[in-house]
Amino acid sequence: MSSHVKIKRGNARPAFTLGLAIQIAILVIAVIFALFPVVWILSAALNPSQSMNSQSVVPPLPETRVVLAEEAGVLLEIAAPNGSRVERSAGTILLVEVDGEREELRAPKNGYVRNIRLQVGDSFAPGEALYDISSSYLINFDTLFNTERKPYVRWLLNSVAVATITSFLVVMVTALSAYSFSRFRFKGRRSLLMLILLVQVFPNLLAMVAIFLMLQQIGNHIPFFGLNTAGGLILVYVGGAMGINIWLMKGFFDSVPRDIDESAMVDGCGHWQTYWRLIFPLVRPVLVVVGILSFVGTFNEFVLARVLLRDKESWTLMVGLWGYISDNFARDWGIFAAGAIIGAIPTLIIYLSLQDQIVGGLTQGSVKG
Amino acid sequence: MATLLPDSKVKRSEFSTRSILRLAATYLGLAVLDAMAFYLVYVFALDGVWELAITIAVITLLVNIINLRQDLYPLRWISPALALMGLMVVFPIIYTVYVSLTNYGDGNLLTKQQVLNLLARETYLPEGGKVYGWDLYQNAAGDYALWLTDGDDGYFFATLGDFEAVTLLAAGADLPEDYQGYRRLDRGESLRASREAQELSFGTAELQIGIAGRKEAGEFAQRYVYRSDEDAVFDKQASTLFYANYETGQFENENGATLRTGFISGTGLKNYVRFVTSPAISGPLARIFAWTIGFSLVSVVSTFTVGLLFALLMQNERIPYRKAFRTLLIVPYAIPALISVAIWKGMLNSNLGVISNAIASLGIQPPPFFIDPGWSKFGILLINLWLGYPYFMLVCSGALAAIPSDMYEAAEVDGATWWEKFHALTLPMLLVAVGPLLIASFTFNFNNFVIIEAYNEGGPPMVESGTLPAGHTDILISYAYRLAFGGGRGADFGLASAITIIIFVLVAGVTLAQFRLTKGWEETSENV
Repeated sequence: MSSHVKIKRGNARPAFTLGLAIQIAILVIAVIFALFPVVWILSAALNPSQSMNSQSVVPPLPETRVVLAEEAGVLLEIAAPNGSRVERSAGTILLVEVDGEREELRAPKNGYVRNIRLQVGDSFAPGEALYDISSSYLINFDTLFNTERKPYVRWLLNSVAVATITSFLVVMVTALSAYSFSRFRFKGRRSLLMLILLVQVFPNLLAMVAIFLMLQQIGNHIPFFGLNTAGGLILVYVGGAMGINIWLMKGFFDSVPRDIDESAMVDGCGHWQTYWRLIFPLVRPVLVVVGILSFVGTFNEFVLARVLLRDKESWTLMVGLWGYISDNFARDWGIFAAGAIIGAIPTLIIYLSLQDQIVGGLTQGSVKG
Repeated sequence: MATLLPDSKVKRSEFSTRSILRLAATYLGLAVLDAMAFYLVYVFALDGVWELAITIAVITLLVNIINLRQDLYPLRWISPALALMGLMVVFPIIYTVYVSLTNYGDGNLLTKQQVLNLLARETYLPEGGKVYGWDLYQNAAGDYALWLTDGDDGYFFATLGDFEAVTLLAAGADLPEDYQGYRRLDRGESLRASREAQELSFGTAELQIGIAGRKEAGEFAQRYVYRSDEDAVFDKQASTLFYANYETGQFENENGATLRTGFISGTGLKNYVRFVTSPAISGPLARIFAWTIGFSLVSVVSTFTVGLLFALLMQNERIPYRKAFRTLLIVPYAIPALISVAIWKGMLNSNLGVISNAIASLGIQPPPFFIDPGWSKFGILLINLWLGYPYFMLVCSGALAAIPSDMYEAAEVDGATWWEKFHALTLPMLLVAVGPLLIASFTFNFNNFVIIEAYNEGGPPMVESGTLPAGHTDILISYAYRLAFGGGRGADFGLASAITIIIFVLVAGVTLAQFRLTKGWEETSENV
């Protein structure tokens, strides 16, 4: 490569620089295209105003605003005591009596109530400072974690549990099969491998209707594996992940020299001991990578989870986030953004840190479609 | 049969404690599995869910054979994977075929046997049956009981499961406050509890007593009796016969009236015929099909082109911070698709989104990204480009690096221009490596349900589709989803499965073509 650059260098240099500038410009524009949505969602998550239309690229600095009384009145009740989180759209802070009538003083913006200056029964004059309201970069996250109607933490835990168990089972079961395909020679081995590959052409997402109906029937008798359960979902995920992972793992097992297990066998180890004591530890780093990728894939799966999980309590994170998108998206934009960032973090970290392995896997034509 | 490497070793070690333990574990595991499977097969057979009963029986039988026969030892290692695949991948495919040949859907959700089981539980108060007055009792556990008074001053006490005549009480005397651990409820309590108690059936299986009205209770009788010789259900209350009609999956009498619950019945190719004959299905389906192909094609071409362009730019060693550029450019790939689509959906939002606002601030009316079919499709393709180009950028980078550089040098010696080199050398070499991935990407996008669903749930709706829930941006798989689960109109699992089968056939065709094209079978066979 460097040699042919040298040949050209002499006469083509000035044009090259212009070309280079254009190339860099294209890449910069590409990076803006690639990153703008990410920057935008980060900024939305940090913006204390939850709605879409009041968003700017740089979220406003946290500030404390002193709220003044508009009319004279008497404080009847403190609905939101110091430290409580209030939303402009829903938060009543003080109940007061003005001109003999009961009135609710609502939050002028999203934030935390601080420093209420009156006690119940105190009267106040127009223009008198009632309380402070202070915003925070993290208020959307606070709302996200503490809204009973949308139990985000529960969803997050569900997702983590489902993805952990699934990836563990996938690795364990497929490693067993891969060892057999790699180490034994038996009749029908080739056809079986081909069959597994063939079946895998149909992702089980396609058969969602059949899977739904099947789990419905199973759930009539074994509720643990029925609709709406993590058990059923895990079973579906694990079953669907067999094919591609058996092939992937078999490749790794093939790369371990057979001399190792043969010498172990000579020493009197059975197959199980050879597998468990020798081969398994040897391929463990690869198994971890497969497990992590399987974790990410399961964590991000949305379609089957949405079909099979109907109750809010059993939802996974992606199904829960979908709930934000489908109702009142524009109003809950900031909260959704906070949830989206937390939901994206595991995948983002894993993909960016495993970049080189994934590139290697991709060029071999596997991993993610 | 199998060429086990150290056959003799296995036999020798069979007598060690270790292997006895292992054998015991195998038998125990199998016993537990068999017990569970047996239970499932039994209950599914009772329900008439034969397909599941048979599948589970077959899978369990195979697992047993594999684990008990020494000559199938290598398959033992694979048996868990095979069982899981059999139940969760192979069976659903076969089951989809079966469902597509039935009327499975709302109104026909249960097997005939399940419907009969339900009907057998229904009771009625026959005319001329014995009628009692009732008083409600309750015990400490919360169970209700009825004190019954017939017109002839006979007293009876009916609990859940028992019925007895009470002889202790003189005619006309007050009812006891406590009886056999049951306490008489006062008027108010009785009124409140009566709703719950009305649902219950008191007395024994032969003599069922139920509350019929505010004052009356009566002896209930089974309402529907199945007559297997006539394959009909006899309604004792209306004394008419409802014959099983397998065309519609209903029990139907001579006047055409049907029972409330229908059953699943085979309707042959009816669902497939509907594609052709019903204009409300065939019209939208043709358009959905065209859009599915168009969407997949444009997505593949656009992501590949942009990905290749970036990969080519990255080739240039004079560009500074190439590694950083690469990392930043693959960020879209590292974000879950659903979240990415949602972010874009927010940015394109007509009134409030940042992109729409930016366009509006230029004095241009922002396009209706979610209302107009054309702009919706544009939005989806734009998002899919953002989602998909990093994949091809990575793939092309790898493939470009693999092209030997002396080929370029030779071309330069021949005086080839940049375009000639790209056109005659880079592209063909690249396509050989990336071609299969292009086809794989096509089939992936063919079923790219997430982006369609998250963007606008297939909308805007197609007006021509009438009551069927088709949308302008629906692809086949999302349309099948909508038919099955898309609320409102009621589920039509049969039609949805028929569409799924069409997708199966198309995907299988494309994959087969891919294997033909790339001689994939030979390659994979070599790797085996």
